[in-house]
Amino acid sequence: MSSLQRTGRWVSDHLIMAIAIVVLLYMFLPIFFVVLMSFNEPASKLSYEFDAFTLDNWLNPCQQKGMCASVVTSLQIGFLATLGATVLGTLVAFALVRHRFRGRSATSLLIFLPMATPEVVMGSSLLALFSSAGLAGSLGFWSILVAHIMFCLSFVVVTVKARLAGLDVNYEQAAMDLYANEWQTYWRITFPLVFPGILAAALLSFSLSFDDFIVTNFNHGNTITFPMYVWGAAQRGIPPQVNVVGTVMFLLALTLVLGGSVFQRRRPA
Amino acid sequence: MPDDSARRAEAGADLTLTSVTKTFGGFTAVDSLDLVVEQGRFFALLGPSGCGKTTTLRMVAGLEEPTSGTITIAGSDITRLKPYKRPVNTVFQNYALFPHLDIEENVAFGLRRRGVKDVKKQVDDMLELVELGGFAKRRPTQLSGGQQQRVALARALINRPQVLLLDEPLGALDLKLRRQMQIELKRIQTEVGITFVHVTHDQEEAMTMADTIAVMNKGVIEQMGPPAELYDQPATTFVSNFLGQSNLVRAEVLGRTGEEVVVDAYGNKLGAPAARARRSQGTVWVGVRPEKVFLAGAGSEPRDGSNLLSGGVVSDVSFIGVSTQYLVRMPWEQELTVFEQNSGAREAFSTGTHVDLHWSPAHTFLLDADQDAHAGDETYAQLVAEANA
Amino acid sequence: MSVAQAGAAAGGRVGARGGSMASGDAPTPRRRRSRTGYYLLLPGMLWLVLFFAVPTVQLVATSLYDPNGSLDTGYAMTWSFGNYLDALADYREPFLRSLAYAASATVLALLLAYPLAYAIAFKAGRWKNLMLVLVIAPFFTSFLVRTLAWKSILSDNGIVVSTLQALHILGPDGRLLATSVAVITGLTYNFLPFMVLPLYASLEKIDLRLIEAAKDLYADGFTAFRKITLPLSMPGVVAGTLLTFIPAAGDYINTKLLGSPAQNMIGNVIDNLFLVQLNYPIAAACSVILMVAIVLMVLVYVRRAGTEELV
Repeated sequence: MSSLQRTGRWVSDHLIMAIAIVVLLYMFLPIFFVVLMSFNEPASKLSYEFDAFTLDNWLNPCQQKGMCASVVTSLQIGFLATLGATVLGTLVAFALVRHRFRGRSATSLLIFLPMATPEVVMGSSLLALFSSAGLAGSLGFWSILVAHIMFCLSFVVVTVKARLAGLDVNYEQAAMDLYANEWQTYWRITFPLVFPGILAAALLSFSLSFDDFIVTNFNHGNTITFPMYVWGAAQRGIPPQVNVVGTVMFLLALTLVLGGSVFQRRRPA
Repeated sequence: MPDDSARRAEAGADLTLTSVTKTFGGFTAVDSLDLVVEQGRFFALLGPSGCGKTTTLRMVAGLEEPTSGTITIAGSDITRLKPYKRPVNTVFQNYALFPHLDIEENVAFGLRRRGVKDVKKQVDDMLELVELGGFAKRRPTQLSGGQQQRVALARALINRPQVLLLDEPLGALDLKLRRQMQIELKRIQTEVGITFVHVTHDQEEAMTMADTIAVMNKGVIEQMGPPAELYDQPATTFVSNFLGQSNLVRAEVLGRTGEEVVVDAYGNKLGAPAARARRSQGTVWVGVRPEKVFLAGAGSEPRDGSNLLSGGVVSDVSFIGVSTQYLVRMPWEQELTVFEQNSGAREAFSTGTHVDLHWSPAHTFLLDADQDAHAGDETYAQLVAEANA
Repeated sequence: MSVAQAGAAAGGRVGARGGSMASGDAPTPRRRRSRTGYYLLLPGMLWLVLFFAVPTVQLVATSLYDPNGSLDTGYAMTWSFGNYLDALADYREPFLRSLAYAASATVLALLLAYPLAYAIAFKAGRWKNLMLVLVIAPFFTSFLVRTLAWKSILSDNGIVVSTLQALHILGPDGRLLATSVAVITGLTYNFLPFMVLPLYASLEKIDLRLIEAAKDLYADGFTAFRKITLPLSMPGVVAGTLLTFIPAAGDYINTKLLGSPAQNMIGNVIDNLFLVQLNYPIAAACSVILMVAIVLMVLVYVRRAGTEELV
């Protein structure tokens, strides 16, 4: 092979990977900016450029009125929504994989649709429902929570279902063969083996809830979640502490996911 | 005798299936099966895939419920009992070792569910028995196939079941390991004395290990008995082809003289002992195992009283090391198989040689000609499938 | 590769593997015939019926209310199909713009995502899991915060604009913010993981031996890709396209933050009608039209490109 051919081969072998890395860098570009801007001391309220370096934002993250409160609200809603969606969704996943019932295609469709519907439509239709039920005035924490559980549910079902369907049924049969009754089989064999799927579903649920804006915007009443705070601030002037929250979230989640991978590799389950 | 019955009680129990049937929708997997496995025996359920042997096993384990019929162990009816209530344990085909537990917990699983607190000694002893001492803290994924299989066996045996079920446990192992494990399993069974019911499609495996074999086909037992009996006196064409190989030649029964049945096969007069004739009237298959047949040059003097088929031409010669396999084409277009041990007594025949086939009448068996001569012949089935593909 | 599984793969990657062994003749799981299935389904499905199905019906109903009512005086159901005509007449431009933006973003996302997914599936080796984590990681920062970061990146004095001005691609007063380019950039960026993951899942399933066989039969690299890899990755392409196009069509955040009213999408319109003008009937009509348009496009696309079970 001539050296030209060899170079050509090297290029084509590595071209794809090179493009991939470029795309990955592109994906991280805004993150980089978020981290950068978290150290920014903006020259003016509406400035989007890096003006001066400061650690103030990190030292006084809650300086801006309302921001930390909104983060707390988002965390609360996120936690409760995750709890609700994970429990309800796991039950549905078990029903789909392990039980017989009529109306399977209708059920599948109903689970699929929320994932395929634009948030604008889901959010506005919930608002339409609440107002025709006369609740337009009492929207707030609970209406947001209800909406979040609703759209997280489908994702939980799909995630848990994937894990459960891939679970070899021989394990449970072996357990029963070895004197474990149904209850014991479930808790000692099925549940531990499905758990990684349930955990993944919970994490997915939490991030969907914490990050949600559109549906929340339609049904929030006076309650302010973090995304809503950012939205409002975008008109009035973004405090740089917003980027602190963004960076923290990113690092936290990254640690969780990487930690999870390492943990899994250490203890193959 | 009190001594004997105490020993019998300890050594496992009789397993009885009475008219057990299992249907799935319109399909009958097991058709009114009657079976008795004596306690302490190594029993093999042998048959091709889809014959119903695994379904039968699962019904004994409690993982399937029979559509009708009863299953009893040592006299008590277990037909409707849940698996965890039966004194039966299973070694699964793909081992089913719990991936999230270590070996010790896997093996101890059954003991713990029955409330045994101190399991360490028993687990260690059992791991020693299967030659995996020191593996207690490892995980299933860290073990090789053969090791996993032994853990699965230990996990089942430690519970001292009255019957141990093995669902093709050696299927995933390579040949050498399989041979080794066959001997191991037989040794353990003899040592422990528990009734083993072993499901397999490998006839060599069944013959090596089992005291009694039941050959199953399409949901029914074609024949049941000790390996030698099944091999020497097959009851149906299926058994004759599935266990080893057989030459089956169409013949008309001429008559019966005392202990012998005389038949005419394409002009050749052959004799078979009446005791080995499943049919003694009309058209029959004359059966003889390839290793029982001798080749002689055409026209050479046969031994007195031999059955003789003349006019054959050697069409293929395969050297297998231990033996030489001949295919001989007969004047009626059938190819018969002959195995000759390479004892060095004689040079091998070459293709195209005209030969006669002769064998002792005592090795002949007669089967019902209504049965398919290719039943149970998996090589033939494969050729047909390929031709039709 | 089911559409939904692809979406859930965004967060489920870590937990979804493992727990199964090579199954020989393993019997398929028997589904129990008891009524337990119904009890398990009940809470979750009830929730979805109450808070998804019913609201959707309510939305359609609202779209037929008398537009002359209001939140205070209540709305009368007058079967005003005219609302739809009004909506289409007044807001045709934002509708079409939404579909156009969403389509552009989807195509761009596909072009960017495919090499990335391909690299992870075939070229990454032991870096596979790390790369997947890196694809999902930006997802963890708030969507709004990320989009605001783009506002910084594309700002008038920022490096991107300066570079483009230096290269004379932009005029000396040229901007990126408040243009379609910015909005589409934002859309493409935000939905990129939704395109990468289903593509990856689909590509990963391809047996490499098929490609080797093609090469053995004299196909060069590109032909092997065109004839083997690409068709086999179609389920992933379909899933990714749907998961990108649908949310993009309904988005309005990118426009609000990176665009100007000239780039208004239908999402902005609906938001405005519901929350500012409080004109529920027309707002609902717009929502329904959006929903129907999306469903139609999905059906056409899916029928042509093929798909497997949804859930």
